[in-house]
Amino acid sequence: MSDVLERPASSAPLDDGRLKIVGTRPIRPDGVDKVTGRALYGADLAMPGMLVGKVLRSPHPHARIVSIDTRKARALPGVKAIITGADFPELADEEYEAGESASNLRDLALNVMARDKALYNGHALAAVAATSSAVADEALSLIEVVYEVLPHVVAVEAAMADDAPVLHDKLFTGGLKEKPTKASNIAKRNEIKRGDLAAGFAEADVIFESRYDTAATHQGYIEPHACVASMASDGQCQVWSSSQGQFMIRTYCAKVLDIDASSIRVTPAEIGGGFGGKTTVYLEPLALALSRQSGAPVKMVMTRDEVFRASGPTSASVMTVRLGAKADGTLTAADVELKFQAGAFPGSPVGAASMTALACYDIPNFSIVGYDVVTNTPKVAAYRAPGAPISAFGVESAMDDLALTLGMDPIALREKNAVHDGTKASYGPTFRNIGYAETLEAIRSHPHYSAPLGPNQGRGVAVGFWFNVGGESTAAVNIAEDGTAMVITGNPDIGGSRASMAMMAAEVLGLPIEKVRPIVADTASIGFSMLTGGSRTTFAVGMAVTQAAQKIVEDLKRRAALLMDVSVDQVDWIYGAAVCTDVSKGKADLSLADLAAKSGQTGGPIGSQISLNAQGAGPGFGVHVCDVEVDPETGHVTILRYTAAQDVGKAIHPSYVEGQIQGGVAQGVGWALNEEYVFDTGGVMENAGFLDYRVPVASDLPMIDTVMVEVANPRHPFGAKGVGEVPIVPPLAAVANAVRGAIGKRMTSLPLSPPKIRAAIDAG
Amino acid sequence: MSKRTQVSAVVNGDPVDFLTDPGATLLDALRDELGLTGSKEGCGSGDCGACSVILDGRLVCSCLVLAVEAEGRRVETIEGMAEGGRLHILQQKFLEHAALQCGFCTPGILVAAKALLEVNPDPTESETRYWLAGNLCRCTGYDKIIRAVMDAAAELRQVRV
Amino acid sequence: MPHVVVACSSCRAFTGDVTTFDVEAATVREMIRELERRYPGFGEHIERKMAIAIDGEIHQDALFEPLRAESEVYLIPKIGGG
Repeated sequence: MSDVLERPASSAPLDDGRLKIVGTRPIRPDGVDKVTGRALYGADLAMPGMLVGKVLRSPHPHARIVSIDTRKARALPGVKAIITGADFPELADEEYEAGESASNLRDLALNVMARDKALYNGHALAAVAATSSAVADEALSLIEVVYEVLPHVVAVEAAMADDAPVLHDKLFTGGLKEKPTKASNIAKRNEIKRGDLAAGFAEADVIFESRYDTAATHQGYIEPHACVASMASDGQCQVWSSSQGQFMIRTYCAKVLDIDASSIRVTPAEIGGGFGGKTTVYLEPLALALSRQSGAPVKMVMTRDEVFRASGPTSASVMTVRLGAKADGTLTAADVELKFQAGAFPGSPVGAASMTALACYDIPNFSIVGYDVVTNTPKVAAYRAPGAPISAFGVESAMDDLALTLGMDPIALREKNAVHDGTKASYGPTFRNIGYAETLEAIRSHPHYSAPLGPNQGRGVAVGFWFNVGGESTAAVNIAEDGTAMVITGNPDIGGSRASMAMMAAEVLGLPIEKVRPIVADTASIGFSMLTGGSRTTFAVGMAVTQAAQKIVEDLKRRAALLMDVSVDQVDWIYGAAVCTDVSKGKADLSLADLAAKSGQTGGPIGSQISLNAQGAGPGFGVHVCDVEVDPETGHVTILRYTAAQDVGKAIHPSYVEGQIQGGVAQGVGWALNEEYVFDTGGVMENAGFLDYRVPVASDLPMIDTVMVEVANPRHPFGAKGVGEVPIVPPLAAVANAVRGAIGKRMTSLPLSPPKIRAAIDAG
Repeated sequence: MSKRTQVSAVVNGDPVDFLTDPGATLLDALRDELGLTGSKEGCGSGDCGACSVILDGRLVCSCLVLAVEAEGRRVETIEGMAEGGRLHILQQKFLEHAALQCGFCTPGILVAAKALLEVNPDPTESETRYWLAGNLCRCTGYDKIIRAVMDAAAELRQVRV
Repeated sequence: MPHVVVACSSCRAFTGDVTTFDVEAATVREMIRELERRYPGFGEHIERKMAIAIDGEIHQDALFEPLRAESEVYLIPKIGGG
């Protein structure tokens, strides 16, 4: 990228009072396509001569692959290609940064296609391409695999035990002072410390300690993974797929197949939800390898069963939290231990969970220890604020009990210990321009917080934090001959980002929003951008879009000065027109359309491209309050009312900011109440479908009220902060705290399913 | 391989003929034979509602209907909802209320909501939520969807009066 | 001179129990070179795996960021997201 040090042109956000478009609620530019069925998602593309690709998956959670015999399958008429792990190059055991965060390429490749061992039920062993779905299914049934079944382990603490079956005989626990000599399922131990823990607890008047656990949950995007891929005999590749980043797909396919990135052109399909789960590859390298062998384009679409069994859920966890406080509520010490299931390969979000666990609190003495533990379950993938909802469940449940013990209002206890500007965050840096206090106040003063409750009802409060990120981004703005504009970015639009990109460009150019067309381009048509994730798109890509539009405005002023025959410092750009500031000259304003019509005479086409590495993403804080009613007969929990406040910096399109908050809450409520991976004793997921893995439906939820607190981020041209991830952090604990209020019992194990609640009530 | 069967049906008001495998679903036929990819497959088991269509006036999951069952029947899909390029009020309200994020569940929810308003022009919030309980949306938390449907219902009632 | 703090344990393999360092450096790259000199492998580890917070602002890629004499630098794991 051209410049890693690029900073926003102005250090202060543009003056709110002058904004015409940012902060309004126009109809999204891709809306009509999406309400009429025109929008094309991953599985909607078809090519002439296309084959159907399917994957053979391990029925065992842990097995050595003795042999794979594909001869019978190959002999079946209509079968055009069969691949196994042997068709992929051996990759070095190295971390590689692709798009967003570092991944171990060897692990990534082995997750895409197993070699020596199958590490979870659902692990890919072979893939076929055939002329029809039925032929492909039959071919899979003809592949003969000889397994040596190995003992397996699913639960995180069982995997940490000394006598646990070991998944990887070359995995040694990292993060220890001395390198261990024995292989372990504990991939890494991490620790964050401050102050003197023992002294902190010695100072405390009250100490509260508890243990918590959460189940593995899936991102649950409604669109299964899908792609079409084609590799021609000259090695040129085309991929159409649904993902959170076309450049991420390009990088991973190039690495896994050992081909040049420039030989792969990835066109992003519309994406039917990702939530972090589409930040990696599963099908695309297989489809390319099948296309290489068959000479025809190959389409692959996961079934829902495959999505659950073979694509990333997030970690199940076991946690302990110990808090010490003075009688006035001042926290003196916190001791947090987090054990996270990583699935078949290292890489649980326990690091982020550790860094966020106490991020809302100013505590002088603490220790946070995390363990990343491999298990015979699907490798976890990022899931919205990865790890943060899990550690927040433990910490926020404990804070609720602490408030109860101290007889304090739960918000007052949080205010007493809240981080502010200038506070050194638990994870290191010093906070600046945060709106946490304002967000706490927004809930405290909300009518919801003081509304009366009925019998069997309870109210819960919880807070949450997420870093938000920036990162490498490219945007181009081109002006058409009639003065309308195209905004071109390389980031899939998951939740309305085309709208926010077009709005920021329209604001700077002074065009009506309908005169700006946002396009999400393929990897050969726009410069590199990191994927859509980490709540970075509106912040970082929006910064590139804004700067590209500002560059055009500078160019337009130069062109206008030429045409007006005045000096460029006498030209201002005001609401879409060049205006000569020296009124005595009597120059007529020149609109963007006027200038576009004369572009040939003033230097040629009008356009700009900005590539930058956006820094300065402002962290986000959320405060949620939830009311529930528990049916004492059945243990069923009804969410009665939910209000979520969040510091969003500046809402570019408030409806889609509200939508992010509401959607995050709904996912969090599902995680709290219903969702979990259930494994049988054979290590097979028992509920790999939407009937038994129950995500919230419309009748499970009330309206979700939102309060957007706007404490501007000075590093973004309009003051925006990332918003998408924070709202899933507080709900797990907010719901659990409300249930505690309703039944008078603390539930420490998610999900809070009716049988567990009944058992707690029955226990008296 | 069994032989393909010819099916004649009326889709979005137009007569169509297509060939289908005996085991293929109506969703497969709509998407793969007729090129109507607006109906989506999210689960293939009738649990997510992304494939909702109206079959002879009844809301169904097209992934649970065999393509051959469509013989002689009327099928309405998302592609037939806007008339002559003019959006249905429900579609317009979904845009105005920002009732979609990724948009994948949107076609199914619009078809289901249209079916609701045909049998119940004045649904309560609760009735709307229960009617749409067969349509999963993972992005929105349903809030704006419910508001859009109820707003569309109110406007349709005014149009009728 | 800039004060560098390691906020998590992933660096222990290189630095043992030492978690804070005073490093004479005008840029992040100079800081990394100096830490590499003191603890072989540590500089590369920082460059590949750590994000760098300079006076409160987190940089995921900060090789050429300037450091002031009074700068406080925190080394934290790189942050991704969903």
